[in-house]
Amino acid sequence: MSRNVVIVGAGPAGLAAAAAALRAGARVTLLDAAESPGGQYHRMLPEAFAAERPGRLHHGWAAFDRARRHVLGHPRCTWLAETSVWSLERRDPGDARPPRVHLVHGPDGAGRDRSVLDPDALVLATGAHDRVLPFPGWDLPGVFTAGAAQALAKGERLAVGDEVLVAGSGPFLLPVAASLLEAGSRVRGVLEANPAATVLRGWGARPRELASQPGKAAELAGYTALLARHRVPYRTGRAVIAARGDGRVEEAVTARLRADWSVVPGTERAVPVDAVCVTHGFSPQLELPLAAGCALRDGPEDGTAFVDVDDDQRTTAPGVHAAGEITGVAGAPAARAEGLLAGWLAGGGSPDAPELRAVRRRRDQGRAFARRLAAAHPVGDGWKSWLTPRTVVCRCEETTYGALCRAADDPAGGSDRAVRLGTRAGLGPCQARICGPAVAALLGGRVTRTATPHHRPVAQPIRLGELARPPKEGTP
Amino acid sequence: MSPRLVRADRDAVRRRDTPLSITVDGDALSGVAGQTIAGVLLANGRRAWRAGPSGAPRGVFCGIGVCFDCLVTVNGEPDVRACRRRAADGDQVATQSREAR
Repeated sequence: MSRNVVIVGAGPAGLAAAAAALRAGARVTLLDAAESPGGQYHRMLPEAFAAERPGRLHHGWAAFDRARRHVLGHPRCTWLAETSVWSLERRDPGDARPPRVHLVHGPDGAGRDRSVLDPDALVLATGAHDRVLPFPGWDLPGVFTAGAAQALAKGERLAVGDEVLVAGSGPFLLPVAASLLEAGSRVRGVLEANPAATVLRGWGARPRELASQPGKAAELAGYTALLARHRVPYRTGRAVIAARGDGRVEEAVTARLRADWSVVPGTERAVPVDAVCVTHGFSPQLELPLAAGCALRDGPEDGTAFVDVDDDQRTTAPGVHAAGEITGVAGAPAARAEGLLAGWLAGGGSPDAPELRAVRRRRDQGRAFARRLAAAHPVGDGWKSWLTPRTVVCRCEETTYGALCRAADDPAGGSDRAVRLGTRAGLGPCQARICGPAVAALLGGRVTRTATPHHRPVAQPIRLGELARPPKEGTP
Repeated sequence: MSPRLVRADRDAVRRRDTPLSITVDGDALSGVAGQTIAGVLLANGRRAWRAGPSGAPRGVFCGIGVCFDCLVTVNGEPDVRACRRRAADGDQVATQSREAR
């Protein structure tokens, strides 16, 4: 009897995992919250757009399109679009099976159906979203995450503004600027917060490793040429430290930064813009790994963490593999290699299969790339000095930096939990997905840390009416 | 000075638009099949449609269903993420507020 493998997330990692598990002979259920596979990297246009040339906006479209058709059309694959895991139910201690998977199906709204799966193996490939550090005015309409600008441009052909600044840190700034230019925005600049010395030292060390990522290098060269053609300045050691405007962004304040991201006094400049797109790295979506009981390892910065996996992409939870950005931010090629390995082994494939050697090598190259990325684009502690007492830190509850500090200094408090309960930081609708790492970093060293900010017993919001109805039987 | 849809006749992906219409708090807005409700709102020049606890205006922030800033009521269903819900012709959208009343 072939094994039942459930794969959560159909981005580069999940899609590769599905292909490999099918190859190993397993039956696969692949699910994603979106209508189409691809994840954020290969975010597809809606079918209703009837686009003749959807591949025009993508790198590696042909290979992705082949993989997508192969997996979705495979007789042993069940594809569940617009499906989310709202809960993972762990087995009794000693039971080696992965948790039961509780699903909710249908577009965001009320009245969705539920179902439950009992897999033999579970692959988590839930990806990541932008990490955005707070700064004065980041809650104004017109401040977007870089991922939002990218998703709107690539996914529904919308330019978020006419005059746009792209700021933060990491190579992701470049494809976002490219997407904005392609959609017709004027990009006033791309600001990398780290100084050139840090970026060059991070990327320049051990150049032999970089040669293993020719696709990434070509992609990067393409963006650089595009920025030059549009005369978009790429500045290092500069950041957006505030946004201002009456009810919406009208100007961004940029400033030169020291290596630790503190502001060089007197270098502030106001730039008139109608949109600001920001990213300071990525936050992995860790609620499902945590619900499954997977151990985490600390990330490079305070308050960041990733899923701990072994050489076979196995997590510490029985029957649960992890692949892609949740194990470390390394980009799509690394995610695909991890997915192939995870899917093959989850599907019952032999760990000694000869073709795995090349996959493991690519995975290891991906991990080296991740270390390089982290070294070239660290988050400097000095961002905390951008905040004023009135700066909103938790967007949902509008908890200010001042309120957080007062709660942290309250002798009756003493723990991060007490501060959260007292200020409501991280307790709003997003459940600390956006502010969690920032709040943890701001409280670090000031109060006792009791819990990870990624723990969410209900992984995705579900309505009481949906819970009240029994789940549908069998494979949905 | 506002967000806008790439014109179909200039779009490199060569799309064919099917128009649709939704209402937002009773106002008719036109859009294109395939756009999310957030996409229709933005393309109509509306950058903010929800109010935070202090009444501060909010619109799209993360664009991928993580931040819950863009919540709207669609055909009577509250707390729908506008960035995750495709607009359907005739949708009746109502804006939401978390402001203390």
